[in-house]
Amino acid sequence: MEWETVIGLEIHTQLATKSKIFSGAPTAYGAEPNTQACAVDLGLPGVLPVLNEEAVRMAVIFGMAIEAHIAPYSVFARKNYFYPDLPKGYQISQMDHPIVGIGHLDIDVDGVTKRIGVTRAHLEEDAGKSLHEDFHGLTGIDLNRAGTPLLEIVSEPDIRSAKEAVAYMRKLHELVRYLGICDGNMQEGSFRCDANVSVRPKGQQEFGTRAEIKNINSFKFVEKAINHEVERQIELLESGGRVVQETRLYDSVKDETRPMRSKEEANDYRYFPDPDLLPVIIDEAFKAQIKAALPELPQAKKLRFKADYCLDDESVSILTASRQLADYFEAVYKKSGCEAKLCANWITGDLSAALNKAGLDITDTPISDERLSGLLARISDNTISGKIAKQVFEALWQSTTSADDIIAEKGLKQITDSGAIVAIIDKIIADNPGQVEQYRSGKDKVFAFFVGQVMKEMQGKANPAEVNKMLKEQLKG
Amino acid sequence: MHTKTLTELSLGLRSGAFSSVELTQTFLQRISQHQDLNAYITVTEELALQQALAADVRLANGTADCLTGIPIAQKDIFCTLDVKTTCGSKMLDNFIAPYNATVVEKLNQSGAVMLGKLNMDEFAMGSSNETSYYGAVKNPWNITTVPGGSSGGSAAAVAARLAVCATGTDTGGSIRQPAALCGITGLKPTYGRVSRYGMIAYASSLDQGGPMTRSAEDAAIVLQTMAGFDAKDSTSVDLPVPDYSAGLNNSLAGLKIGLPKEFFSDGLNSDVAAVLATAIDEYRKLGAEIIDISMPNLKLAIPAYYVIAPAECSANLSRFDGVRYGYRCENPKDLTDLYTRSRGEGFGKEVKRRILMGTYALSTGYYDAYYLKAQKIRRLISDDFKNALAKVDVIMGPVTPTTAFGIGEKMDDPIEMYLSDIYTIAINLAGVPAMSIPAGFVAGMPVGLQLIGSYFAEDRLLNIAHQYQQVTDWHQQTPNGFE
Repeated sequence: MEWETVIGLEIHTQLATKSKIFSGAPTAYGAEPNTQACAVDLGLPGVLPVLNEEAVRMAVIFGMAIEAHIAPYSVFARKNYFYPDLPKGYQISQMDHPIVGIGHLDIDVDGVTKRIGVTRAHLEEDAGKSLHEDFHGLTGIDLNRAGTPLLEIVSEPDIRSAKEAVAYMRKLHELVRYLGICDGNMQEGSFRCDANVSVRPKGQQEFGTRAEIKNINSFKFVEKAINHEVERQIELLESGGRVVQETRLYDSVKDETRPMRSKEEANDYRYFPDPDLLPVIIDEAFKAQIKAALPELPQAKKLRFKADYCLDDESVSILTASRQLADYFEAVYKKSGCEAKLCANWITGDLSAALNKAGLDITDTPISDERLSGLLARISDNTISGKIAKQVFEALWQSTTSADDIIAEKGLKQITDSGAIVAIIDKIIADNPGQVEQYRSGKDKVFAFFVGQVMKEMQGKANPAEVNKMLKEQLKG
Repeated sequence: MHTKTLTELSLGLRSGAFSSVELTQTFLQRISQHQDLNAYITVTEELALQQALAADVRLANGTADCLTGIPIAQKDIFCTLDVKTTCGSKMLDNFIAPYNATVVEKLNQSGAVMLGKLNMDEFAMGSSNETSYYGAVKNPWNITTVPGGSSGGSAAAVAARLAVCATGTDTGGSIRQPAALCGITGLKPTYGRVSRYGMIAYASSLDQGGPMTRSAEDAAIVLQTMAGFDAKDSTSVDLPVPDYSAGLNNSLAGLKIGLPKEFFSDGLNSDVAAVLATAIDEYRKLGAEIIDISMPNLKLAIPAYYVIAPAECSANLSRFDGVRYGYRCENPKDLTDLYTRSRGEGFGKEVKRRILMGTYALSTGYYDAYYLKAQKIRRLISDDFKNALAKVDVIMGPVTPTTAFGIGEKMDDPIEMYLSDIYTIAINLAGVPAMSIPAGFVAGMPVGLQLIGSYFAEDRLLNIAHQYQQVTDWHQQTPNGFE
């Protein structure tokens, strides 16, 4: 039988606010356990949550970016369950009235664009962490993460393969970073995914029974976990078994999913509106204010880069992969006054390679857009050759001075004095009578030898085109 | 000194007739003499004397306000920095908060002296103060009877002159009912008028702190300090706080008093009804007009309350899990055992009963039938109050169906106990302010008159109460043995 896979993703994005969603404690990652949690995060008696407006703003930004309905009235609810790293015994989340309603995200798979529906996105607080190692059989609780704002983005079951799931996740990952609402750091858990996976005979209308795979923290694992789960379900069904609705955990080491809890064991979360928080009212003025400040979205930027800079698809896609890289490119283009292609080549080529090698992000680049512009301008006006430029680039990477200073200091300026070039050419011709003979008898290949000799003599500081022209002239004899 | 009102004591302190240290020592001595009442859970003698010394400095250098140097006491539901806050429960017998409740902070700032923390029903769940882990509080008017609850320690302490005034909290009558049973003045402000920050939550949408004092005049002074917007409590309301003392002497001529017929039906003890009738007559003499009204949904208040309050409490009390603070059972064998035994051993019977009721009401399949329906009823009840208060200035009625009942009398019958709050609960559901003021006695036991006003009309209620207290002396009576 032919099977169709049906996937819906729930993605938890950690919002990049400075303080927590319901308290003033900082959200910084990696601090000593329990040093970034205040009385509210610890769930001490009598304390009360106060909503961080920045988290609301970020949720609305996201909603607008996916053209979703922004709820004028949304409500926080308590989701009740006991767990040692859940200090209050309930999580403040949203249930019946999420802040972001139906929207969509377009993905590209194998050259085809597909629209994936987003059911909703709601605000909630993260829990702390239970640490099971290093405590000699006991469990440690770190509540630094407790109260960190999350936006849970729930997709429609529109995804039909692991590949589409990855494309959706990547697209969302790109978007939230573009919007500046999430740092996208998957190792630190800033962007996490749960996948609802089911299969059904191709052509069947109703959905099969789904399993939820929890906590998949990389693009690679999403693909593997889904493929594995699909295989498991098909095998089960084809051997006459039934899929049970349950929550499964993906084990990346063993590359398998295993049951966590069944539907029967599932908590009854007993959601009810949190009486400590007022409903969130979002008016038109607030929305207009956010809309005005909304950054250019990836898709729009791609189209504009193609149109404005006449760049090839590959360069555009690299340059627009992050807002910071795109901004860097545009700054270099503007400051250097060079052709877009030259700017793009250096940024996607030498600069990206150097950053990769050093493990740095564009935001940490040692060569500012200002300094790279200085270099490109000198290439453009023929002050230095492309070859010398690589040397200057190296020096820029190591120092903090400008390209002009480096060129002057190292004497890398191209020799444009034609008299000096002619003198050297004449000397080379005089020193190599045999090669001159060969050239003049029609062996054009020898020409490269002369170019090489002249450039060597001039330590690369001559303009190769100029050298070619003059050599040809002199060799005529 | 202890017989004087807050207003008199404040004048005495500022005129230098006595010092705050002297006054504080007097009260500390009385507390120690009357330990048998069991009004206090913690007496903060050392802290009180320190605060009194500081208050005397302020009194001397002219930076004192009305509460500077006045010995008060806090219901043990308000978190106090470095002083144990138990909420009347074994669960928090070892709990010391690293912060002050906003109410405590404000009273500290005003220079009030804290004598200690007052006994209460466990987590404010009870109407007799008998559910306290620290034992029942006795009513100073008759020590075989209850003082009411949950602010039973507060009411008993003020009635017995073991504090000049006290804080209380009221979720379904917990300020007004004990105030009535102990013959003092108690005010439950409009929901959102007083910050709930640091006040341990029972039912968050109903809880409200307020003053418990000897007179309306005193209540105006204490509320002045307690009230106001607090950025730490999202449900506190950002409205200016009026001068509560300014209008106390306004005339009541033309005042429209509404008497809901539902408040004066079968359940009300006839002797209590007679006392209330006399009190209403007094108001008539003061120029008020009496209007019979009806509030048909009042009868639904108790069932709605006993869904909403337990539902909220079932979540509010989940944090007491033995993991981070509070009571933890000995040698738990695993996580479930840690939870079940810490909570099983740390909570008393009534608290567990309400957690179970609330958990049930919120469960899948029951939510609509219980919680949602209760919320709809709540809306109907609020509408009843709004409609009534559009026609009259104040609604009056009983606070309790009877005077104080005997200790142990209702402990085996929770329904009977719940019904003792029949006249107070609807007010919390609506969120309007209400007071209980002493209106007379039946067989030597105090009877309270309830005054219910419009949202944020505390100043009007205080004026109405004060005018009555100008022509009666019920609020000046002191129980035998506590003069």
